[in-house]
Amino acid sequence: MEPLDALVAFANFVLVPGAAYGAQLALGALGVTLIYGILRFSNFAHGDTMAFGTMAVILTTWGLQSAGIGFGPLPTALLALPVGIAACAVLVLLTDRAVYRFYRAKKAAPVIFVIASLGVMFVYNGLVRFIIGVDDQSFADGERFLISARDFKEMTGLEEGLAIKTTQGITVVVAVIVVVVLFWFLNRTRTGKSMRAYSDNEDLALLSGINPERVVVYTWLIVAALATIAGTLYGLDKSFKPFTYFQLLLPIFAAAIVGGLGSPLGAIAGGFVIAFAEVTITYPLKKVLGYLMPEALEPDGLVQLLSTDYKFAVSFVILIIVLLFRPTGLFAGKSV
Amino acid sequence: MNMRAILLFAFVALLFIGTGFVQSWNVALTIFNMGLISAIMALGVNMQWGYAGLFNVGVMGFVALGGLATVLVASVPNTEALSAGGLRIAAALALGGATILAAILAWTRLRRYRGWVVAAILFAGFFLFRAVLDPGVAAVEAVNPARAGNIGGLGLPVLLAWPVGGLLAAGAAWIIGKTALGLRSDYLAIATLGIAEIIIAVLKNEDWMARGVKNVIGLPRPVPYEVDLQASPAFREVVTEFGMDPVTGSTIAVKLAYAGLFGVVLLVLIWLTQAALASPWGRMMRAIRDNEVAAEAMGKDVTRRHLQIFILGSAVVGMAGAMMTTLDGQLTPGTYQPLRYTFLIWVMVIVGGSGNNWGAVLGGFLVWWLWVQVEPLGALLMQGITAGMADGSWLKAHLQDAAAHMRLLTMGLVLLLVLRFSPRGLLPEK
Repeated sequence: MEPLDALVAFANFVLVPGAAYGAQLALGALGVTLIYGILRFSNFAHGDTMAFGTMAVILTTWGLQSAGIGFGPLPTALLALPVGIAACAVLVLLTDRAVYRFYRAKKAAPVIFVIASLGVMFVYNGLVRFIIGVDDQSFADGERFLISARDFKEMTGLEEGLAIKTTQGITVVVAVIVVVVLFWFLNRTRTGKSMRAYSDNEDLALLSGINPERVVVYTWLIVAALATIAGTLYGLDKSFKPFTYFQLLLPIFAAAIVGGLGSPLGAIAGGFVIAFAEVTITYPLKKVLGYLMPEALEPDGLVQLLSTDYKFAVSFVILIIVLLFRPTGLFAGKSV
Repeated sequence: MNMRAILLFAFVALLFIGTGFVQSWNVALTIFNMGLISAIMALGVNMQWGYAGLFNVGVMGFVALGGLATVLVASVPNTEALSAGGLRIAAALALGGATILAAILAWTRLRRYRGWVVAAILFAGFFLFRAVLDPGVAAVEAVNPARAGNIGGLGLPVLLAWPVGGLLAAGAAWIIGKTALGLRSDYLAIATLGIAEIIIAVLKNEDWMARGVKNVIGLPRPVPYEVDLQASPAFREVVTEFGMDPVTGSTIAVKLAYAGLFGVVLLVLIWLTQAALASPWGRMMRAIRDNEVAAEAMGKDVTRRHLQIFILGSAVVGMAGAMMTTLDGQLTPGTYQPLRYTFLIWVMVIVGGSGNNWGAVLGGFLVWWLWVQVEPLGALLMQGITAGMADGSWLKAHLQDAAAHMRLLTMGLVLLLVLRFSPRGLLPEK
């Protein structure tokens, strides 16, 4: 019985990757939930918006790298982020002009918006594949580890190592900064307050002189920033592949719904709930339990509850349970 | 059918005939056969969306279930594997079902501590299920893993798989409908999206069922093989009379035979759906779609009707999935992608005209033709654009490689344009 080793093993394989993945999902879910709260539809193109922003970041990173500009121990992609956000913002604002504004003026049913977002999803998907192709792109550079497993073992003298990748550290730090700035913006600035007012009660907001088109533009700008950051962090942590980003749609939606659609705080909570559930259930817990239990009781199998390929099933089951027993999500969202 | 419909169908027919003359009749018939299947899928989705306004984006899952049915019904029986672990697997599945049933019963009957009881039942049930299932799976997969390693099929005629595929999809739809219908419309969308991914994940990973990503190939066919036709003197005689060589003749004859089978199914389905739409039941469905509150006030059980149409539509899609696997002669779970099997079908329905069965059929043929032909057309276009560029420049190479991705872009644009300028589709509902 070595409880400390068990804790370290758990942290290494579940806690740290789960926290990074949770932060990525939370940023993605924030984008979905903002669109839902203010534009009032489920945006199926969000995964591909993330892919587009990330692609712009990758192309800029390559440009910077070939110009010999780096960011020291940090990934160059962080320097490229503003460019990526700008490109993504231009794209979503153009899309809003060309597609969504028409239906907004007509006050179309939410489901029409969703179908339009399917069309947008196809177009973005095609664009990304057209520009960068379908292959895996790895663009992380700089220092690989904050703490490598070997250093940790030497430092503590424990049998288990704890490795923290730089990208995981950056993910969490960036996510915290983004969330703090976002909440400051929503709660303290005039524009942020008008956005919340518009989300709460559209008619009342219009009566008090809030310009809806301005609110919509700000929403898209924030969504573009969130999507690009979330996509870049995910790409740095794992790797960039357009199809994977499309598949992220499901856990992101699950996170947003579990937290309560339209509630930013809920989106963050939902992201971490989904991420930790996914990682815990698909990780073989044999090692952790092995340290905790007396030798006679040690499990023979891997104690992997579900194979990794079923990670979608985890987010899905959580989603269904929440929908059945608490349809508005953990942090009472809205329902249109 | 009005003038507009006849003209549009004539236009689509012209596209296929043109393909026959410009490319080859083999290509035209290949596209046409998949077009027939696409049209049936679109009919199924149109029943759910057009009649009842249900937003199902899990079409891919039902298509894959149909494919699974083909394997389970028609492939060669594997008695050795069945006797090795079949019983255990069956027992495990029964146990899993019983666990869920017990959990549901506990939830509805108990009053106090029911959350804990349900959690305990599910937790214990899951481990028991795995304990029974895993050895059975290992035993089945150990039997001749290179060529089989799965439970095999029943060895029945493959045509029987089509209704079975429908039934399998209907069963899945019942489970999904029971849980997700009655929730808000976009929740149903997310739920179906998730179910479809899970069905594909199961197909890919449960090797004992249909070999997973090792694929099942060589499924039996409902039509004769080309080599047999080429060997038969009577066939050669007929073909030479038409002025074709036996090889081309046999491939075309086989494709025509498939087209005949699929065509019969499509015609029967159109007849049934049109009759249903014109009946009092169809009027009730449209009334529910247009105003749920009013329909409920008239005493219609909205949730029940939604469940009914959801199951019917999914069954049609499942049948089409079984037909597709029959046409391919193989089940390849790795090729099921939501863009192709869910969202493309949606483009067909929206472009064709939601709520109109003929529209869905038209959309199925037209969009499928476009999906196939955009690639060569895109390559041509790119050749035109890049003609002036210097050979060997990276932009030229990149543009020519990227031409293959034109189809997603085109489909998105077609969907957006139709939704904007002709929101009720090419053939609007009356």
